[in-house]
Amino acid sequence: MDPILKVENINVYYGSIHAIKGVSFEVNEGEIVTLIGANGAGKSTTLNTISGLLHSKTGSISFLGQSLTKVPPHKIVERGLAQVPEGRRVFLQMTVQENLEMGAYTKGSSGIPADLEMVFTQFPRLKERRKQIAGTLSGGEQQMLAMGRALMSHPKLLMLDEPSMGLAPILVEQIFDIIQGLHKAGSTILLVEQNAQMALSIANRGYVLETGKVVMTGSGLELLESPAIKKAYLGG
Amino acid sequence: MTFLNYLISGISLGSVYAIIALGYTMVYGIAKMLNFAHGDVIMVGSYICFYAVTSFELPPLVGVIISVILCTVLGIVIERLAYKPLRQAPSLAVLITAIGVSYFLQNAALLLWSSNIKMFPSFFKFADENGELQSGVTLAGGQLNISYVTIVTIVSCIIIMVALTWFTGKTKMGKAMRAVSEDKGAAQLMGINVNATISLTFAIGSGLAAVAGVLLCSAYPTLVPTTGSMPGIKAFTAAVFGGIGSIPGALLGGLLLGVIQIFTQAYISQQLADAVVFAVLIIVLLGKPAGLLGKQIREKV
Repeated sequence: MDPILKVENINVYYGSIHAIKGVSFEVNEGEIVTLIGANGAGKSTTLNTISGLLHSKTGSISFLGQSLTKVPPHKIVERGLAQVPEGRRVFLQMTVQENLEMGAYTKGSSGIPADLEMVFTQFPRLKERRKQIAGTLSGGEQQMLAMGRALMSHPKLLMLDEPSMGLAPILVEQIFDIIQGLHKAGSTILLVEQNAQMALSIANRGYVLETGKVVMTGSGLELLESPAIKKAYLGG
Repeated sequence: MTFLNYLISGISLGSVYAIIALGYTMVYGIAKMLNFAHGDVIMVGSYICFYAVTSFELPPLVGVIISVILCTVLGIVIERLAYKPLRQAPSLAVLITAIGVSYFLQNAALLLWSSNIKMFPSFFKFADENGELQSGVTLAGGQLNISYVTIVTIVSCIIIMVALTWFTGKTKMGKAMRAVSEDKGAAQLMGINVNATISLTFAIGSGLAAVAGVLLCSAYPTLVPTTGSMPGIKAFTAAVFGGIGSIPGALLGGLLLGVIQIFTQAYISQQLADAVVFAVLIIVLLGKPAGLLGKQIREKV
């Protein structure tokens, strides 16, 4: 079967800075794939290029067998690719429910009540706070909101950028449990993380990014056990 | 009673400022730019309505509708041609472009319609019980005069405010607009077409500018190519005064500015009115840099 997402030899520049240097990888249906690497390795840049916010000078990105080159970001969402951005970026001045409605922007409004229920079942905390302004939520709740918002569009591929960032360890566990739950329920997930330990322990496969290049790839377990990875990313 | 008369004139002038200020504040909220050509769209709208009614002898309401439609198109065209190519440019470049567009519109008007003063017709005359056309109502035994223009202006302002509050609060497009104004990147990740949203904002702002132009010229009927610039600057001041980016702020700022201006003209000095208006702005901004209802934005470091 063809991969759901296929990234081939992309090169992304910020002005004269060559941020992504010929990165290729793929995600198959039903997998959790993780991109790990240090700060500045190019993980978020890669996701933003897939989402169409940034552009690659070379290579190709195809999603469900169709090229995403030159497709504007809002059309990419319509095709079934949702991103939970780094730092959550919920709409702080809008209510929880309005944030979720924005997640369903590409869908007709008739499905919204059912989808809200689906998200509220997954994240009961959001239901309690549906009328609250998102800016008043805690970091963990905002992360849940950002994930719930992305789920509202029923993505065929969910991309998560650093969901553990800035959260207390207990919340990180909770967020990763939720990611695993989504995976078990059939979601395909591309997970970008600095927390390599956590990411690799739930991923089917992983890619290690260093200064804009893929330097290593393997199953989650292989990478967890790899001496080089242990030394560089797992503190031992 | 004269006090009440002045207050009503102030609220009426303030309502026009508020309607114009909406255009500044919405565009600033969405596109993070100051559209200094906004005042001149008012002037274009007034001329369109003027010619529709005088040369083409259309009914006033039709003239207003044509003016709103053409200004809406003008706003979209200005955004597409002048501002969209500068989306990634430094804000100073956009600001200078906006000033350029402003001069362009004024000079185009000069070329098309000459610098001769046009006397804007008064639309708001209604027959009284004796069948005579009146331009206003007299209350309290002749002490309180309220012109129909004043009433129409204040009512229009209320309708526009209610409609916009409903639009941004309840409709999908309005909510998308708020999402774009908060975070363009995140809005794109929701599938919101940011360019279309910016176009829509310019369309609404410019359509409202046409309404404001007609109301303004009905109250102050001398129409020249620079008619829009001073009210434009005042309305911009009102938007900053109330807190730029905020719709209730535009209303509050506009009303306060109108009332302060009329009261100063009445009780202090005709000549000093503008100076007092801007002095109040300076004092408010010293105390509340984000404006009366503006949100203090914390820069992320």
